[in-house]
Amino acid sequence: MSATSTAMEVNAEARRILAVSISKLYASRTQRGGLRLHRSLLVSLVMRSARDIYHASRESEAPGAPTPQEPMDSSPSSEEQKQLPPQEAEPAQTEPQCALSPAPQTAVEAEECACDSEITEDKENMSPAARQSRKRRSKASAAPDFLPSKRARLEPGEERYAAPLGSCRVGAAETHGDLHQRVPGHSDDSGWVKTTEIDPLTGTRTETERPWKFEGETGSVS
Amino acid sequence: MEEESDSRKINNSFLRDHNYATEADIISTVEFNSSGELLATGDKGGRVVVFQREQESKSQPNRRGEYNVYSTFQSHEPEFDYLKSLEIEEKINKIKWLPQQNAAYFLLSTNDKTVKLWKISERDKRPEGYNLKDEDGRIRDPSTITSLRVPVLQPMDLMVEATARRVFSNAHTYHINSISVNSDLQTFISTDDLRVNLWNLEITDRSFNIVDIKPSNMEELTEVITSAEFHPRQCHTFAYSSSKGSIRLCDMRQAALCDRHCKYFEEPEDPSTRSFFSEIISSISDVKFSHNGRYLMTRDYLTVKVWDLQMENKPLETYQVHDYLRGKLCSLYENDCIFDKFECVWNGSDSVIMTGSYNNFFRMFDRNTKRDVTLEASRENSKPRAILKPRKVCVGGKRRKDEISVDSLDFSKKILHTTWHPHENIIAVAATNNLYIFQDKVN
Repeated sequence: MSATSTAMEVNAEARRILAVSISKLYASRTQRGGLRLHRSLLVSLVMRSARDIYHASRESEAPGAPTPQEPMDSSPSSEEQKQLPPQEAEPAQTEPQCALSPAPQTAVEAEECACDSEITEDKENMSPAARQSRKRRSKASAAPDFLPSKRARLEPGEERYAAPLGSCRVGAAETHGDLHQRVPGHSDDSGWVKTTEIDPLTGTRTETERPWKFEGETGSVS
Repeated sequence: MEEESDSRKINNSFLRDHNYATEADIISTVEFNSSGELLATGDKGGRVVVFQREQESKSQPNRRGEYNVYSTFQSHEPEFDYLKSLEIEEKINKIKWLPQQNAAYFLLSTNDKTVKLWKISERDKRPEGYNLKDEDGRIRDPSTITSLRVPVLQPMDLMVEATARRVFSNAHTYHINSISVNSDLQTFISTDDLRVNLWNLEITDRSFNIVDIKPSNMEELTEVITSAEFHPRQCHTFAYSSSKGSIRLCDMRQAALCDRHCKYFEEPEDPSTRSFFSEIISSISDVKFSHNGRYLMTRDYLTVKVWDLQMENKPLETYQVHDYLRGKLCSLYENDCIFDKFECVWNGSDSVIMTGSYNNFFRMFDRNTKRDVTLEASRENSKPRAILKPRKVCVGGKRRKDEISVDSLDFSKKILHTTWHPHENIIAVAATNNLYIFQDKVN
């Protein structure tokens, strides 16, 4: 009996630490001076430990119960509206793309976006049809009640930005030089954009790289 | 035993009687210069205040040289990075002095993104007797000039002026946490979370990246650089500390990019003390070479460690700064205190080390006698010229009269920045917006 109650305490403690960590990550977005990489990394490490313990204690409490929804931090980057959907904890169902990285990486990604780093997927420029619906609909995927519930991503068919690439949205996207893919041999500021285009008829994906251009300008971003 | 000299409140705000600190006045760094004659402080508002030690006068031999304000200038201003829509804080993260080579003094000051070289010079003469303008500066009517004269230098009130001689900018994507001047006096390094850049003091438009730990996929990031310092004697050696509790010593002669370390200092983690916060408290907040260059000192959240450069697998000495906080890590995480970055400092002979703690306490450890002392920097508890009384934190059980219990510690009063005079037993301790200078007692 005491073992279970201790497990429950650990569970509660882990949940509390998770909630505190997420609120810290949110708060750090509005901090003066921008996101602090070191601090975000430490908070995400704590979140990872807490998450592991939370799941471990839940497993030990009720083995065989449906795997709980992993609390997710919607990517906080205000410049890039990169929304990451809630994710199952099941490792077997890890999505192929970086977008669904678990919480610890989210903080890093957020910092990455804010700090002029590369991303490995050009999400914004993907056509809506290309994205699989990653939203889980099962009961077990309901977010824990201590976390804010929000719709994390667009549904297929919706478009956030109607403007095409290279247009007036330059200001928002360019803020962290995000939309370029790191390719071995290229420097950070190569200014190359990787776009993934899906042919709607055949479903084939083609990936191309080209220099990021401002409207009315030529040449790559430096 | 230490004696407290005048503590100087460098709060320039017009709200002189307030009890809270204006945020801009919070001291963010303190540093003695290499002779100990000057003491520089930087604050959150981007200002640098330099204090100079009074010359000891023959008439008052018992009155030790006190530090008075010598120069104040605005080093950094808040900036806005338009590309990233980010504000760049003007807070001075670090100040490092250059050794004096002529009549002027030079220091490097840095905020999150830009390093500046400042020249502080004195002017005590003024040319007088111009031909074309009069003493007020007004242009004279040429028809009234009947003879020529040579301007003569006349003494004037001493004026100390600070001018920015170099601005080293646009080299850091992440936030600069430290700078270090090389013993060759020609180069220096600036360090951010992922990179270390080498600069020549004369060249501002170019720097060399000598350490880059940025992973190609940022999601794989597991550690960041927290501090870096040049070896005090060997101009090719520097060390950098990481958030994982390790220190790497690098030799610049080996390769242009020093990603491969020469030595790697890390103590294996004690599995019995593992907790949620083990990673945070093992992150090193400061690394300092000893003056003789044989040892390294590191500060993590709860301990100070002295490493022998010849021994990589464990530290030579470990000192507990405030181990009573180990059971409170969860609340310290919630109130953000666990992220505080304490600095540590050697005395001139490398026999004593000092670091700060909470409640305006600071700790000194004598490496030879293995004795330690806790002192407090506060005006309420000590008068000027009084000898500081050692303080003690009561961990549990019965609290004695002078002791303070862990729960009554004021965590908003933290001493993060301290510095020790290079030759004498004079220390400067920054407590939020106040600067305390302590000296050895004179007989």
